[in-house]
Parts: sequence; C-alpha cells; structure tokens
Amino acid sequence: MAAISTAVPTAVHAAHAAPKVKSSIRKLNFFYGHTQALKNIEMDIYEHAVTALIGPSGCGKSTLLRCFNRMHDLTPHTRYEGEIRLYPDDVNIVSPDVDPIEVRMRISMVFQKPNPFPKSIYENVAYGLRVRGVKARSELDGRVEAALRGAALWDEVKDRLQEPGTALSGGQQQRLCIARALATDPEIVLFDEPTSALDPIATASIEDLIISMAGSVTVLIVTHNMQQAARVSSYTAFMYLGELVEYGPTNELFTRPREQKTSDYLTGRFG
Amino acid sequence: MASLSPSISIEATGSGVADIRANVARRRRWDVLFAAFGLLATSVGVITLLALFIDLLIDGYHRLTPDFFLSFPSRRASEAGILSAWVGTCLVMLVTAVVGVPIAVSAGIYLEEYAPKNWVTTLIEINVSNLAAVPSIVYGLLALGLFVYALGFGQSVLSAGLTLALMIMPVIVVATREAVRAVPHAIREAAYAAGATRWQVTRDHVLPYSVPGIATGVIIGLARAIGETAPLITIGALTFIAYLPDPPLSTTPPYVSFDWLWSGFTVLPIQMFNWVSRPGTAFHANAAAAGIVIVVLTLLMNAFAIYLRYRLRKKINW
Ligand SMILES: Nc1ncnc2c1ncn2[C@@H]1O[C@H](COP(=O)(O)OP(=O)(O)OP(=O)(O)O)[C@@H](O)[C@H]1O
Ligand SMILES: [Mg+2]
Repeated sequence: MAAISTAVPTAVHAAHAAPKVKSSIRKLNFFYGHTQALKNIEMDIYEHAVTALIGPSGCGKSTLLRCFNRMHDLTPHTRYEGEIRLYPDDVNIVSPDVDPIEVRMRISMVFQKPNPFPKSIYENVAYGLRVRGVKARSELDGRVEAALRGAALWDEVKDRLQEPGTALSGGQQQRLCIARALATDPEIVLFDEPTSALDPIATASIEDLIISMAGSVTVLIVTHNMQQAARVSSYTAFMYLGELVEYGPTNELFTRPREQKTSDYLTGRFG
Repeated sequence: MASLSPSISIEATGSGVADIRANVARRRRWDVLFAAFGLLATSVGVITLLALFIDLLIDGYHRLTPDFFLSFPSRRASEAGILSAWVGTCLVMLVTAVVGVPIAVSAGIYLEEYAPKNWVTTLIEINVSNLAAVPSIVYGLLALGLFVYALGFGQSVLSAGLTLALMIMPVIVVATREAVRAVPHAIREAAYAAGATRWQVTRDHVLPYSVPGIATGVIIGLARAIGETAPLITIGALTFIAYLPDPPLSTTPPYVSFDWLWSGFTVLPIQMFNWVSRPGTAFHANAAAAGIVIVVLTLLMNAFAIYLRYRLRKKINW
C-alpha cells in the first residue's frame, strides 16, 4: 500500500519534467500533384504547449499545418506519404485508412481570415457539436458559454447570442472562430496566421488567448511574425523550401540558432 | 524678388488649368455621346415592350372581367373565358416544379460539390449548358415519343408537366451551380474543419446560402415555361376544353386525388393562340386579354425573383 502511494506522485512529477509527446511526424512527404511541398519532415509536437512554425513565404508552413486536419483531402490530386502519429492511441492520422472526419473531430483549426458562418453567434459556436449530433439544449448552452469564455468573448456577446456572427468586428470574429474551434474539446488546435488580418490590439488579445490556452490544449501555430512566435510559443520550428531546418525550444532557437539558415532568417537577411 | 516669383507662378498655374479644362472637355464629349447612345438603346427596348403591352391593354382590357376568368371557352366570343386554361397552367406548372426543381437542384449541387473533376464531369457540364439552348419544340418531340407513347402517359397534364420540367431543368442546373460556386471556399473549409461530413456541409451551408440564386433560376425557368406553346402543342394539348380536371383536394376521403394528372389539358398561351387564329375581332380581344394575363404573370414572377434575391442576399454577407 505504502509503496504505491509514494510511487504515484513520483511518476506524475517525472511526467511533468519531461514534456509528453502529443504527436510525432515521421518521414512526412506531401505532394500537390507532382510538386513536393513537404520533404521528409521529422518532428515531435509536445502536449499542452504552443509550437510555432516559422519560415519564409511558400516554405510549406500552411501545408504542414493542414496535414494535421487532413484539409488537403478537399484538394484533388494531393498525396501524403509517411506518418503523423497522434497519441495516446498512436494512430497515423494521414493514413488513407483513417477517416478525415475522425481526425477533424479531434483536431480543430482557426484560419488566417476570420470565417464565421453567416449564422447567429450561438450557432457558429455550436456548429461542431451539432454536426456530432448533440441536440440537448442544456448541453449546447453550457458548452457554447464555456467556449465563448475560453475565447474571451463571452462578456462582449452574452446579450446578443442570436445576432449574426458576421456582424462582429474582425478581432471579435476571429475570437468567435476560436470559440468554434474550442467548443468541441479538441486535442490539438491549429492556427494558420490567425492575426495577419487584425489590428495590433486585436492581435494582442488573440496572442494572450493562445498563451492561456496552452496548459489545457496542444497548440500548433503558423506565423509570419517572429515576435509573435517568440511571445506565444514554447517550441519553434523553422522551415525552408519544404524542409524542417531547425526545431527546438523557442528561446534557444531565437538566441542560439544552430543552423546558418535559421540565423539568416531571424536576422532578416531573407524571407 | 518677392513680387516676381508669385506672379510668374500664378500665370503658369492659370494657363495650366485652362489646358486641363480643355483636355477634360474634349474627353468628356465621348462620355456624353455614349450616354446619349446608351439611353437611346435602352429606350428602344423599354418602349417596344411598353408599346406592345399598351396595345394588348387597349385591345383586351374590356374583356378582363371576373366572368372571363370563370368561364370555359365558348363559340360565342363574348361568353368565352380562360377558366380551363388558367387551371391547366397552374396544374402543369405544379407538376413541372415538383418534378423539375428537386432533380435539377440536386444535379447542380452534385456536379459542383460531389462530382470528381474529370473529363466525364466536364462533358456533362457542357451538355447541360447546351441543353439550355435546345429549341423547345425539340423537347416536345422527345416528350411525344417518351412520355405520351413509350411510357403511356397520354396527352395529359402529367406529360405536359414533365415536358416543361425537362425543358427548364438545364436552366435551373446552371443557376444552381453558379449559386453554389458563389459560396466562399472559406465557409466550406470552416465547416469541414469543424468535423462536418460532405452532406452536412451541403445541407447546413452550401444549400442555404445559395437559395437566393437557386430561387431566381427556378422562377426564371418557370416564367419561361408558363409562356411555352410549341412543345405542348406537339404532345397534343387540347384547344377547347369545357371541363375542369378532378380537383386534387376534396372534402371526402381519401381527400387527395391524382386523377387530374391524367386529364387532358390546355394552358393560357395555347388558349390565346387558338383565339388569335380565329377570324373576327371579338376573339382577338379575348386573345389580347389572355395575353395580358400571361404578361402580368411573367412580370410578377420576375419581380418576385428580384425581390427574393434582394431580401435573402441582404441576410447573408460574408
Ligand atoms: N493548392 C496548391 N496546389 C499546388 N501547389 C500549392 C498549393 N498550395 C500551396 N502550394 C505550393 O506549396 C508550397 C508551400 O505552400 P504553403 O501555402 O504551405 O506555404 P506557406 O509557408 O504557408 O506560405 P505563406 O507564408 O505565404 O502562407 C508553395 O510553393 C506553394 O506554391
Ligand atoms: Mg500559409
């Protein structure tokens, strides 16, 4: 008895010390027709942390991000090779045997340009639950409120949940999209340059939000803005021409890059 | 020094402005010329339409009494009416809409959302667009062989409705595809990313947001069908009907009846055609009156299409 009770806290402590891997990318190649957009990517994504993808335009950041929710399946003539393993159940989510709908139920996404549905604020947030077949009003109400609170939008919209989501300001719309992504309790949330269409104040509030989300959800964010990567992320990956050049803890990558390419990019010599 | 430079610069600016004005005036002339020509061109269309309609009104207005709508055709022009014709038009349109709209809308959505983009789809697309341009009498010939004889529907409301449904389906397919294509890709991505299936994306987003465009296509198709004569004559519309089909609804069980589908039929433009071809101005007045009814119906439908598009579009802004 005594042995077990002392053993458990030690184990928990150990788990905290070494970050847990939520997903590992193994030998991932991706093709648009005959063009190879991702080349042999190998990378571990840590659970309950923010990982940033940076790199010059066209290097494949969005392509990599969109492999995680199988968004490429909507584009004809695209092909995945290799693996993205999702834990704890260890499934290869880019395998053709895995239904993309199943993947998207576990991993949600926030896009570059806010894209609320032309429906009410409430229905926007509830949509992911509705497609899963949740009908009970009380459950929907509770989870919509929780998601809107999670997206720091509840106080601004709680009295006008039936108004159209498209009537909100740009920053509010993006937070609405974040609420929509959070409502389904995803394991990973993907962000593709979520603030590039927003003003500095709205950007700051989204960044705060992303920082606060880490700890309860795994976040993967693409950004053009290196300050943003430095502010919000714990790990940063630098990509160039479809390859992963360097990957590590954000503060190390920014202060002591190992690769020449990385330091050239960070100092603004290209990109 | 101080007085010299301002005077020079004022002079320079003065002549500059004069040059600019002359230049603008020269180029403006074409603006005015084209505006005048455009106005003329537009007026030709509007005035012709107005003249035709006023002519119809003058000839037929005095026949537009309640009796005209409630009487069967008759050998005596002053007693003849369009009861069987407008009832026939309504029933044929009902069949056309009930059969044509769901099939055409489904086909349009399938082609746009589901069908793989390959040469088979492209071939179908081209053919559908071409079908919209096939003369209506060709549909009549096809329907005569298919519906009237092969399927044995006879010269009935059902055959007529199906014929017109075939005829307007390409128009609705094209309108549906355009409306569906106008739904932003970002909206589809958002829905798919939330875990929706293709059908859920179609049902919850694509279809609702494209209703204005689809409805416009449907109404324009029906407005075209309402004035159609040739294919219906081909399949054997009657020109003199002094009875009504069995009513679709009744107060005694089983309350609904489909016998009307098998009934012989006539429609407004055929009644009008029949009256035009008779000697004597009295029947021509009847024809004009029937013409007024058709024109007003068509204009009302088009106005409704515009209203619908305006109302529904206002609710959706991306
Ligand atoms: N649908 C597509 N078909 C073909 N090639 C594509 C497609 N989408 C992207 N690509 C190509 O794949 C490469 C990677 O594109 P991706 O959008 O992932 O870049 P990115 O790093 O996100 O760039 P940005 O910072 O500009 O968003 C580019 O060379 C691009 O031209
Ligand atoms: Mg991108």
